[in-house]
Amino acid sequence: MAASESAQSAATITLEVFRYRPGQDDEPTFQRYDVPYQEDWVVLDALNHVKDHIDGTLTYRWSCRMGVCGSCGMMVNGDPKLTCAAFLRDYYPDAIRIEPLNYFPVIRDLVINMDDFLDKMSEVKTWLIPKEEKPVSEGEYLQTPAELAHYKQFSMCINCMLCYAACPVYGQHPNFIGPAAIALAQRYNLDSRDGAADDRADAIFSHEGIWECTFVGDCTRVCPKKVDPAGAIQQAKVEATKDWFRSVLVPWGNK
Amino acid sequence: MARSNEPIFWSLFSAGGVVAAFFMPITILLTVIAVPAGLISAEGLRQLASHPLTRLYLFVLISLPMFHWAHRFRFVAVDLGCKSISGILPVVCYGTALVVTLLALFHLVT
Amino acid sequence: MSVDAIETKSKEYIRPMPANWWMTKKTYVSFIVRELTCIFVGGYALFLLVLAARLEEPEAFAAWLNSPLLIILQIVALPMVLYHSITWINLTPKVMVVWRGEERVSPLVIAGANYVAWAILSIAIFYLVCI
Repeated sequence: MAASESAQSAATITLEVFRYRPGQDDEPTFQRYDVPYQEDWVVLDALNHVKDHIDGTLTYRWSCRMGVCGSCGMMVNGDPKLTCAAFLRDYYPDAIRIEPLNYFPVIRDLVINMDDFLDKMSEVKTWLIPKEEKPVSEGEYLQTPAELAHYKQFSMCINCMLCYAACPVYGQHPNFIGPAAIALAQRYNLDSRDGAADDRADAIFSHEGIWECTFVGDCTRVCPKKVDPAGAIQQAKVEATKDWFRSVLVPWGNK
Repeated sequence: MARSNEPIFWSLFSAGGVVAAFFMPITILLTVIAVPAGLISAEGLRQLASHPLTRLYLFVLISLPMFHWAHRFRFVAVDLGCKSISGILPVVCYGTALVVTLLALFHLVT
Repeated sequence: MSVDAIETKSKEYIRPMPANWWMTKKTYVSFIVRELTCIFVGGYALFLLVLAARLEEPEAFAAWLNSPLLIILQIVALPMVLYHSITWINLTPKVMVVWRGEERVSPLVIAGANYVAWAILSIAIFYLVCI
């Protein structure tokens, strides 16, 4: 513990937190809280301190506190971050501004409505649809390390939605399927066990799919798991283009 | 949701981007320095101007980059706020690129 | 006993996206700058169109190329077109994914190969035109 000259002074840091209480507030406000500053604390620790000791009404999502569940995504000083991975020491002694993830409706305080993202994952069918269904008795689906490598990066997505909060296209066009959903579609399309790439194509090769993307690239920058959704989208554009030329030049070919 | 026809425009945009990336800088250097500074002789210039490869080079460097501009511009204009014209913007942009392509064809083939 | 479930929804707050959204972050600004280089790409293509129209009189167009206005415009366009080239080549590895077994060919190798090709092509063209 830091030895300080005055008996009571321990280091503190100020949080400027977005508050919105439906039914009570018409417009959001910002509330300032002074929390203890500790070198090993993350923003989530500071928020938990607020909730436990200062203001129990503050509402926010969190769970694993170690960067694998994707629950605690918020805007920290204007950039989407997992609050369990944003260290106070990187901002100290300046105040830290905490807001709900951009481009999503706010339900309360720092909690956003993520239905749109969940709907889009359903639309794009982000689950394995095997090429050939076989009963458990016939054994496992085999896959080589090379086949695994092709989609592994895209499988690291924890559905934290930081990429949506970084994407200005999603901000301006809420119909845009978005980075994570497309990256996850690619995760399954590139999985050797999967056979539904053509099904997914109708969803992602559309105007609201990959073609809204202008390769800003911020989604890849903010992704905490290095999924590289921007890369996934560009690869999907190449696939869609090959598919289009095939259908135009060889229209009699089977789909 | 229907599969989009964007691929044709994206292909032209990409081709234009590649052509512009690899060939424009050196071409600008040639037109801004080499000719005014006399790095090419008058005779060399005459040979260059009449060579069919020059015509092909110019055609590719005019048409494809125009489609590159068209595609990128129609998206960035909407990003910067021109939402009200987002319907006709593609028509105007790709249309301009097409007109320029036809003009280039006319000048370089005849 | 059946109970009808009523779903009540609280009034959600929708934050409007400001018109100057692209000025709010460094990455957004550099994105817009990158996109706007297309204006200079298109502009130079138009310049080449005018050049193409004057191909029949090489002496006249050599004189035209000496125009100070055109030289200034090209001096402005050159760094913009170079920025296009650099950002384009740097993004190529994201679009061009090459696999060797379990490993991806490093993006640095792909970009590097493109830079080398760019250099070779530029030198070749300079040589062909000036010599």
